[in-house]
Amino acid sequence: MNKIVRRLMFIICFVCSSSLLFAQQSTTDDLMRSNGKIYVVVAVCLTILIGLFIYVFLVDRKISKIEKDN
Amino acid sequence: MKKNWWKILSFVLLIYTVVAGFLIKVPPLPIIHESIRNLYFHVCMWFAMMILFIISFVYSILYLNTSRYVNDIYARQFAAVGAFLGILGYSTGAIWANYTWLTDQNQSLGSVLKEPKLLGAAIALLIYGAYFVLRGSFTDIDKRARVSAVYNIFAFVMLFPSIWIIPRMVGSLHPGAPGSDSGNPALNAQKDLDATMRMVFYPAVIGWTLLGVWIATLKIRIQLLQDKTLLNE
Repeated sequence: MNKIVRRLMFIICFVCSSSLLFAQQSTTDDLMRSNGKIYVVVAVCLTILIGLFIYVFLVDRKISKIEKDN
Repeated sequence: MKKNWWKILSFVLLIYTVVAGFLIKVPPLPIIHESIRNLYFHVCMWFAMMILFIISFVYSILYLNTSRYVNDIYARQFAAVGAFLGILGYSTGAIWANYTWLTDQNQSLGSVLKEPKLLGAAIALLIYGAYFVLRGSFTDIDKRARVSAVYNIFAFVMLFPSIWIIPRMVGSLHPGAPGSDSGNPALNAQKDLDATMRMVFYPAVIGWTLLGVWIATLKIRIQLLQDKTLLNE
């Protein structure tokens, strides 16, 4: 149960941090809205990629822990 | 941390791929236009798949040489991640083809997908699919390891006619075919890939390959933990 809560918190933090990041930029109104909004695509792909890497990293760490216990 | 430098390298290279891949200037090309940026993703899937299959092939030979069960685990997991990347490459290619090859009216995607390159890729992936089916059909571990190592070598060899040779002998819309006007090999230096694109493409290939290797090592470590009792005998 604790694990699920922790994981949920992590996901919420991740989502919030990314939305915060972009909320700040919308006030300046230039980079994210320029050049056919291609930067939005970059941001989306970066979010996916970073999320994917965090996931793989966490799995890696978990396996390392199990390896150490054995 | 010291031996994990390549994981960080993979992360850095893929971040670079996404940022530079979307923002850097690409040469003006007819029909495909900006979608040439797919080169950093679609083509890299196939490159990474090929490299992972080579690794799997080497471990299969090593298994036949040494009969060490670890090598069988390595061969299987590298082939699994390679096949997964191949499926990703195939489906991304289908999406790309849907918006670039379908230029005439009343053309269905189905008619366009009857392509030597696509058929060859599908055959190659199905041969690898049979590798996993074959593995699953054995109950005896030693027999499974030996037969599937031999089959893996066959599957690897079959990659060459099905995705490298036949598609380049017959006409195809896919770059690399004689009819596609881009010459042979698939990446024409002058027309398809200029210097700025190379600056992103090669790091992208390395980055995606390293990510594939990373995931494969995770699967291998899980398998090694599961078969610990078996390996200690």
